[in-house]
Amino acid sequence: MKRRLGLILPVLLIIGWEVAAIVINNPFYLPGLETVIPVLLNPFADILGTGSLVENAQVSIYRVTLGFAIAAAVAIPLGIGMGRSQLINEFFDTTLELIRPVPPLAWVPLALAWFKLGIASIVFIIFIGSVFPILLNTIDGVRGVKKTWIEVGTTLGANERQVLTKVLLPGAAPTIWTGLRVGFGIAWMCVVAAEILPGPTSGLGYLIMYAYNQGQMNIIIAGMVTIGVIGLAIDLVFKFVEKRWFSWRTLER
Amino acid sequence: MTLSLNDVSRVFTTEKGETIEALHHISLTVNDGEFICILGPSGCGKTTILRIIAGLETATLGTISVDNSPVTKPSSKMAMIFQEYSLYPWRTVFDNVLLGLELKGVPKPEREAGAKQYLELVGLKGFEHSFPYELSGGMRQRVAVARALAINPSILLMDEPFGALDAQTRNRMQNEILQIWEKTKKTILFVTHSVDEAVFLADRIIVLTRRPGTIREIVIIPEGRPRERTSEQFVQIRRHLLDMINEESGVQ
Repeated sequence: MKRRLGLILPVLLIIGWEVAAIVINNPFYLPGLETVIPVLLNPFADILGTGSLVENAQVSIYRVTLGFAIAAAVAIPLGIGMGRSQLINEFFDTTLELIRPVPPLAWVPLALAWFKLGIASIVFIIFIGSVFPILLNTIDGVRGVKKTWIEVGTTLGANERQVLTKVLLPGAAPTIWTGLRVGFGIAWMCVVAAEILPGPTSGLGYLIMYAYNQGQMNIIIAGMVTIGVIGLAIDLVFKFVEKRWFSWRTLER
Repeated sequence: MTLSLNDVSRVFTTEKGETIEALHHISLTVNDGEFICILGPSGCGKTTILRIIAGLETATLGTISVDNSPVTKPSSKMAMIFQEYSLYPWRTVFDNVLLGLELKGVPKPEREAGAKQYLELVGLKGFEHSFPYELSGGMRQRVAVARALAINPSILLMDEPFGALDAQTRNRMQNEILQIWEKTKKTILFVTHSVDEAVFLADRIIVLTRRPGTIREIVIIPEGRPRERTSEQFVQIRRHLLDMINEESGVQ
């Protein structure tokens, strides 16, 4: 029932869009469905010499994965350190709180100056965008690990490393996972935004900007739909893993 | 196996820099296979004694030794059972119980056999694949007991393990822990604030004063087991202990 109710609005929007497209009758403002759907149905076809939808999506996914992986590799160990040790926390906290409010896109000029045009500057923007949610959730997750759990481990003979791998990490995992999920969402937004900026010659963000310059509104919309669908699909994977492995957090009384 | 506390004191320093003495010159010798209850008003430092013996905290003064070798950190000679929420919610019952053996690097078939054996001992056969959130409070504590026994310690340290259970479950658990004690011949140090529980379980009851905790009296329970909670002797000892505890808590 809930699912059916949720379908009403998208159907109405699509009908409204099509009606509006016919009334306006100007593909530079609003292209009809019949011009957008063929683009989506031929994801392997070359578009305006920039490569296909699939090729551009692959480039974007590759960049986002790279930036996201670096962010996770930095944020998770740092977060564990900051969550565990008051000293480490105090050392980093002020600096990080100063950097955190700066939006990822405000780093673009610096990124271009440091890394020049190319993948490195895009990866850097993605890194900046996704590192903080992962870091903050990791700190929260580690702090949320019950003291008793750690003490049980110690009395059963766990050494420092075993406390980390058998107690802290699994105990904090659901919260860290939430951080990764949020971080990936932001990373996905960052990659598209970074690709729209001057410089890149591939990726979904570049594709829709290029299509704009060519006046191809139907391709812009097809590109946006692709961006949305990929973002949704990845989020579903995160949710699935959460449900499969980390449901104990919500079930525990 | 003999456990001795020699003149143990513990002083805490608060964040404001004030010092609070929790324990004051506690000396005690526990014999092999003895069931000891530590009883006292709340805040008297009973749990602190247990935590120092377990090696989770250090004594400010004095020493703890097992068979004349000093204890300063957690050792496999002892296992602690906490009041509640000590099970790992991401592990099944079975995986909780075998953790101690896993940490020691015992091969898989061996640790699984060990876990099985102790789950059976606490009456939880068939619940291997359940998760802690699927169990009642009493069952969770049985898992905690099995997990502690699995590392085969000589001494079990129990910190108000039945404190969060309802009265009926609590009585049943008391009977079961006595059976387990008789079967496994462990030495048990059992912290409780329930006079009734202490008289039902212990060979000797260590009664502490209010903070700073010192030993006020050691009460020997001569009665055999199983004990009748309504017997004249039981009621008499209970009255004597209650009077002491009430005095320590300032209740008239």
